Amino acid sequence: MSESARNPEVIIIGGGIQGCSTAVHLGLKGVRALLIEKNYPGRHASGVNAGGVSRIGRFPSELPLSALSLEIWHDMESLVDDDCGFISNGRMKIAENEAEMEKLRERFNTVRALGHEHEQLIDQYELRQLEPDVAEHCVGGIYAPDCGHANPFRTTTAFARKARNLGQTIMEGVRVEKVSRAAGVWTVRTDAGEFQAPVLVNTAGAWGDRISDQMGEEVPMETIAPMLMVTARMPPIIRGVMGATDRILSIKQVPNGTIIIGGGYRGTADRDAETTVLDYKKLAYNAKIATEMFPKLKGARIVRSWAGIEGRMADAMPVISPSKTEEACFHAFGFSAHGFNLGPAVGSVLSELITAGQSNIPIDAFSIDRFAKA
Amino acid sequence: MKARHDLAVIGAGPAGMAGATLAAELGIDVLVLDEQETPGGQIYRAVEQPGLADLAPLGPEYRRGIELALAFGRSSAELAGGAVVWQIRADRTITMTRAGEGKEVAADHVLLATGAMERPFPIPGWTLPGVMTAGAAQTLMKSAGMVAEDGVVLAGSGPLLFQLAGQYLHAGVRPGAIVETTPRRNYWNAAPHLPSAWSAGGYLEKGLALLRAIKASGVPFHRGATGLHVHGDGRANALEFQSHGKTERVETPLLLLHQGVVPNPNLAMATGIAHDWDATQLCWRPATDPWGGTNLDGIALAGDGAGIGGAVAAEHSGRLAVLEIARRMARITEGERDERATAERTALRDQLRARPFLDALYRPADAMRRPQDDATLACRCEEVTAGEIRRQARLGLTNLNSLKSQSRCGMGPCQGRLCMLTATELMAEVHGVDPAKIGPFRLRPPARPVDLNAIMGFGDGTIPPEAALPTEPNAPGAKS
Repeated sequence: MSESARNPEVIIIGGGIQGCSTAVHLGLKGVRALLIEKNYPGRHASGVNAGGVSRIGRFPSELPLSALSLEIWHDMESLVDDDCGFISNGRMKIAENEAEMEKLRERFNTVRALGHEHEQLIDQYELRQLEPDVAEHCVGGIYAPDCGHANPFRTTTAFARKARNLGQTIMEGVRVEKVSRAAGVWTVRTDAGEFQAPVLVNTAGAWGDRISDQMGEEVPMETIAPMLMVTARMPPIIRGVMGATDRILSIKQVPNGTIIIGGGYRGTADRDAETTVLDYKKLAYNAKIATEMFPKLKGARIVRSWAGIEGRMADAMPVISPSKTEEACFHAFGFSAHGFNLGPAVGSVLSELITAGQSNIPIDAFSIDRFAKA
Repeated sequence: MKARHDLAVIGAGPAGMAGATLAAELGIDVLVLDEQETPGGQIYRAVEQPGLADLAPLGPEYRRGIELALAFGRSSAELAGGAVVWQIRADRTITMTRAGEGKEVAADHVLLATGAMERPFPIPGWTLPGVMTAGAAQTLMKSAGMVAEDGVVLAGSGPLLFQLAGQYLHAGVRPGAIVETTPRRNYWNAAPHLPSAWSAGGYLEKGLALLRAIKASGVPFHRGATGLHVHGDGRANALEFQSHGKTERVETPLLLLHQGVVPNPNLAMATGIAHDWDATQLCWRPATDPWGGTNLDGIALAGDGAGIGGAVAAEHSGRLAVLEIARRMARITEGERDERATAERTALRDQLRARPFLDALYRPADAMRRPQDDATLACRCEEVTAGEIRRQARLGLTNLNSLKSQSRCGMGPCQGRLCMLTATELMAEVHGVDPAKIGPFRLRPPARPVDLNAIMGFGDGTIPPEAALPTEPNAPGAKS
């Protein structure tokens, strides 16, 4: 048994991208971590999301974290020895009419005023240069050339593998039942015995509130099941990662030619059974919007559709926060369907909080007690 | 097609036709959905309007299908042909495409009679044009009256291969060779099951007569073939193999491969029916009770889709499932169910008596299920090789679903149908574990590829509530 399993300094609950990233960053700092995962790394949202890597559309308070993450994405191989399929093919939010364009202009100005210059405002001509197959009614958009997409399962697996290579232990198929702290030591009771460490990290995703509840930190989180569908391989139709503005659509064509269509229409999730049920009545709208914005999608064949199980906070912002009720405990969950691309940076921030007690990235907006205050 | 039926049967093969006919007789309002326009399933394909004018080559079994189809046609069961079912929810709402449009229908009970498919035959070159499955060739013969040209080579093992050879000979086609891959030790393993097989409805006599006819024809017949390799540049033109210690090569315009049939898993798995690894038939098999009942309330399975037993066994299992459905609907009492079931069970047992012998004799060789040559494709849709699957397993992946996410194996249009067994067994081999621990794939709807247009048809005019998500700049967008 490795030292990280026998005598961990940190126990991480949840092997999604946040937990695996935390294990990697702790490992790089020489901190031994034991990660406990109920299925296998990337089983739920981290492995089955759409893979978008984007700063467009982030809350202003998320922009510094998002910027750090994008920096990591662009040099991913040096962190986890795998580029994770990251392709920087640009991310765009498309305006379908003048009212939407006006909204995007406001957004652009807000972001600029905050000192972030990654977004460009593009007009109809530029839009068509970048995306020749976009529908004629689209008038322009916001464009961020340094964004793109990655392969989500490959990414989470790469972080898990790197963590193990750094000496961390990842226990798969082990379910946490109860956490408690006494005499400065956390005890995590699981269906495979008890484990102890001085520090606890809760990266349990859509199940994260069940850990924080045990610390008296109740949060308004709902379980959602954002749906996606994918086509058979098609000739090039979509160059970058595209999104609608007021309607629900996120769409991209990955290198093998298949097109992933999503954006947030929800099926239903049962987080105890860990299953989702798809709702084609809603996917119908997704399909309609996609075809209206990219008419060449007419005749596309859908080969698979699915949904992840994700935790969505009432304000759609994640919890990234030290526990306010317990010592030596840190939460990072409820990423509200935009955690995948933040994961590489979240692990870095948590590792700084654990080892140095602070991080250069502002995280006050993600505090776990923000709901109590409101 | 009404919006709601007592019973929806998916598949109009022998299990579906027999089950639906009985259901109608018992006063159950039954809808039968099938991808084909006409009943018959694969085994009795086009039974109402066969492609061949002379049915003799198809044998007397095909006539049994005609009887079944006639009885089904006379019943009050409603057949909705041309319906591609791609989702069955736990509440028994069935989603399908029919005439290019998406449709939903609800049922109190669902009987899946989705039948069998041919086991994949992953050898080097199996994906080249000019290679087909023997079953597909037989379907062409049944539905379109198309037979292969002289020189066609049939390779593999299992009753269907010989049946097709016999049908070709009967139709005046002279195969170039029959290359049999049944491992020698299978004869020893099958021998103990011989007495029971002899007592089962003439299976063996029919088989032996077929073999005699094939031998008498003088068509080159190679036994115990190993190391099969398809040659051809852009198109298959020869099959190479070892037999009796020699390397043989037969040139051919068309190679037909077959090594048995397995339950067609797609719809059953995508519906959420629990499956077990069947170590005898070497496949994933739905877990069913004696009435075909599954882990999902009101969803039952019958026929080869629930485990290979053959067309006649399928009829009986279809009726057994319907008897229990009728009991649950209070159309018959438990006593009546059991009384009527007795004859069905006896007949089913008789049919299955030859199974242990056939399963042992035609158990495909390990090397034909787990490609030895790492360059052999396992997943043909996404072009994932046996070597890549082994590599991913050695890198630490422990189950089929992580393999799928990591390598795309099983993500293509066939939805894993053609690679699941190969990938399962390859990963189990690397980890030295029971295949049950490896899989199966977690299949998701649509169980068959579906046009985006058909999905669009489901919109009902009300914009779903997600549209009211907060928008920029105060929102993160709906997803990453």
